[in-house]
Amino acid sequence: METDKVIVTILGILGIAFTYWFFLGKKEREVVASSDNVEITVEGGYSPEAVVIPKGKTTKITFIRKDPSSCLSEVVLGDFKIRKELPLNTPVTVEITPQNPGTFGYSCGMNMYHGKIVVR
Amino acid sequence: MTYNLQPKNYNLLTTTFLIKGMHCASCVRVIERALEKVEGVREAQVNFATEKANISYDPKKVTDEQIITTVSQVGYKALLEKTAKDTEIEKEQKKKELDNLRKKVAFALATGVLILWGSFPFLMDFAPSVLKNFLVQLVLASIVQFWVGLEFYKAAIPALKHRTANMDTLVSLGTTMAYSYSVFVTIFPETVEALGIKPMPYFDVPVIIIALILLGRYFEAKARAGTSEAIRKLIGLQAKTAKVLRGKVEVDVPIGEVELGDIIRVRPGEKIPVDGTILDGESSIDESMVTGESIPVDKLKGDTVIGGTINKTGTFTYKATKVGMETMLSQIIRLVEEAQASKAPIQKLVDLISSYFVPVVIILATTTFVLWYDFGPQPALLFALLNTVAVLIIACPCAMGLATPTAIMVGTGKGAEQGILIKDAESLETAHKVKTIIFDKTGTLTQGKPKVTDVMPLQPTTYNLQTILQLAASIEKGSEHSLAEAIVTKAEEENLVLSKVEGFRAIPGHGVEGKVHGDCVLLGNTRLMEKEKVDTSPARRPLARLESEGKTVMILALKGKVVGLIAVADTLKDSAKEGVKALEKLDIEVAMITGDNKRTATAIAKEVGIKRVLAEVLPDQKEAEVRKIQSEGKVVAMVGDGINDAPALAAADVGIAMGTGTDVAIEAADITLINKDLRSVVGAIKLSKKTMKTIKSNLFWAFGYNVILIPVAMGALYPIFRILLSPILASVAMAFSSTSVVANSLLLKKAKIS
Repeated sequence: METDKVIVTILGILGIAFTYWFFLGKKEREVVASSDNVEITVEGGYSPEAVVIPKGKTTKITFIRKDPSSCLSEVVLGDFKIRKELPLNTPVTVEITPQNPGTFGYSCGMNMYHGKIVVR
Repeated sequence: MTYNLQPKNYNLLTTTFLIKGMHCASCVRVIERALEKVEGVREAQVNFATEKANISYDPKKVTDEQIITTVSQVGYKALLEKTAKDTEIEKEQKKKELDNLRKKVAFALATGVLILWGSFPFLMDFAPSVLKNFLVQLVLASIVQFWVGLEFYKAAIPALKHRTANMDTLVSLGTTMAYSYSVFVTIFPETVEALGIKPMPYFDVPVIIIALILLGRYFEAKARAGTSEAIRKLIGLQAKTAKVLRGKVEVDVPIGEVELGDIIRVRPGEKIPVDGTILDGESSIDESMVTGESIPVDKLKGDTVIGGTINKTGTFTYKATKVGMETMLSQIIRLVEEAQASKAPIQKLVDLISSYFVPVVIILATTTFVLWYDFGPQPALLFALLNTVAVLIIACPCAMGLATPTAIMVGTGKGAEQGILIKDAESLETAHKVKTIIFDKTGTLTQGKPKVTDVMPLQPTTYNLQTILQLAASIEKGSEHSLAEAIVTKAEEENLVLSKVEGFRAIPGHGVEGKVHGDCVLLGNTRLMEKEKVDTSPARRPLARLESEGKTVMILALKGKVVGLIAVADTLKDSAKEGVKALEKLDIEVAMITGDNKRTATAIAKEVGIKRVLAEVLPDQKEAEVRKIQSEGKVVAMVGDGINDAPALAAADVGIAMGTGTDVAIEAADITLINKDLRSVVGAIKLSKKTMKTIKSNLFWAFGYNVILIPVAMGALYPIFRILLSPILASVAMAFSSTSVVANSLLLKKAKIS
């Protein structure tokens, strides 16, 4: 095999390993809600990606979209039956009172960006 | 935005404003002081950390605009924190975004056509020389890549910071690769030539890909707006003002200020503003927008009217009984919004796949590059590059993401238009699997307004017809049962004076007992008589005859002896027979559940065409009956009025509450039918089947598309058929893919369910 092909193959394998590690091997940052208000910034995803909220208490979650990507213009908390438009740079607050513990995923309207609500 | 009505000062409104421009903690006091000086502002709390101000004020004295002006006068900017429902600004913003997108698409397409003209083998022979100049192509392509295509980068880069990838990542990667190669060829043609590759740039590839993908996005955005049309229509039904009578004067009041107990006047052709009860006048009202029933309903004094419906013929005044968020229309809107946001169980698999999708595509694209570079024909680099770009571009995660939710949105919206309210996506999904439907007889198959048909004295010499009716009505006066109401009404029609009853007691599923003039009176079914050890043999024959006619017969016993019979019958709904037939056509077994005895129940069931009869079921046994049928391995739907049979509705796989819009019913039921037409049950099942069919075809298309076309783009067909997918064709397919999924969901709007 010629040198260039060897280099391309090695780079390819490294690229694949990097892609796997970078996108699929990440650990989510969990933030425990310190009060009954949680703010989530919507920019290239949801930050923090996972919020921990208490069971049985009403928590206000405020989304602020700073990302113009149309994909993020809607947030869907399917388990809580909430679908909200997120106008750019405008906070939108939703209230949830989870009755059961567990991890509840939410996503953008097209199901491309994901976040989590962990109820403990 | 959070509106909090303060319990003590109910005129006070608390609104959150966003404050921009604060740079230190002292700014807080400046703003607070300025606001507190405004008349009508009770309290202003500014938070430096969150950049928010919670302001309590009297909306009659001060407006939001005045607050914003006050803040700007002291050098800051206040923005009203809006909910997503405040649609005006949002609409404007969306329109602007779409206009912007259209302009960009037009520019990119025009540029793409020009570059293609100047570079495509046959076309370029007729192109002006300026278009054939690679440097000119580079300038044009750069504008498209970095101005039009900026939104792909803008979405992809922040996502990378979060270590996530999306469609924008794929498009950015693909177009950047094609663009960078073309720039390299333009600037260093000799280097490329030295590698044995003809130094031809491919500027048309990134430009046309960007144009087509944005064009797809434009169509998709337009189509998606159609999926939430039903909600917008429902919101549009709300009246803006009400003509409230204040003293003798009629005042136009904004709908938000109508209070409970207000007397409202409605004229022909006007919209009824809120829910209420008619006090004076009569009219025919078009309720089709809420109930789905096309024929206007006649309403008289004492009847209830629904806000958002249209008064057709007469003028009437009515008392507001439900306002604001309590009205039926508001509840319907809330329910539909919630249903549209809920997740269907079928979505779970999609979620799992989509979370791995984009990284897997990047891995496949890398593999494609390596394989083509190592084993492909010459020029290998070019083949590797173009096929990699094709893989990145053809992959369409959006179609998968949109497949289920768009269909759920259109399906639930379509249901609401016909008076079929679906609680959530899960209920909609389960309803298509229903194999048995149990109807609670009273109020669903029948009108729910029973009438006395026969009064039969068994000892006519001692107790005549009137005495029997008088005794029965006296004892039933205290009962809330619908049969009791029929007997009391009949006695009132006959102008009978009722006696005083002592020791009244209702025994559920049996009847009632009490004392009239010191004598023990029993009124109920055979079970009650057996329980009280009353001999029913004198009544046996007439009882059997009446019951075989489908009538509910009650035995009256006085001092331990049977003295008469009272038969009550409920009229079947016009839609009952047709509804049952239509359900059987859908291969669904129809059953009837009732407290009536077997003979009566069978007679009624026969008339409607129902074969399976569950008779003599006490109210608290209905739930157990539902479970019994479930244990046969069937998915069971239960149809009831939603109030008396809540446990049975909850036990069924799909609980359907019919002919009601009350909170209790909506809470207990998976599907609420606002009208009383039995065909709506069929409509709900058909809607569920059609929605699921749409979801399945969407998913099949979205998955099939990716599963088939990604390998094609990788070059799977090349070794045998010499077929490769050009990146431009890939972008056409990709743009078409997600738009077609949304369009397929929109087709549901045209589905026939009634």
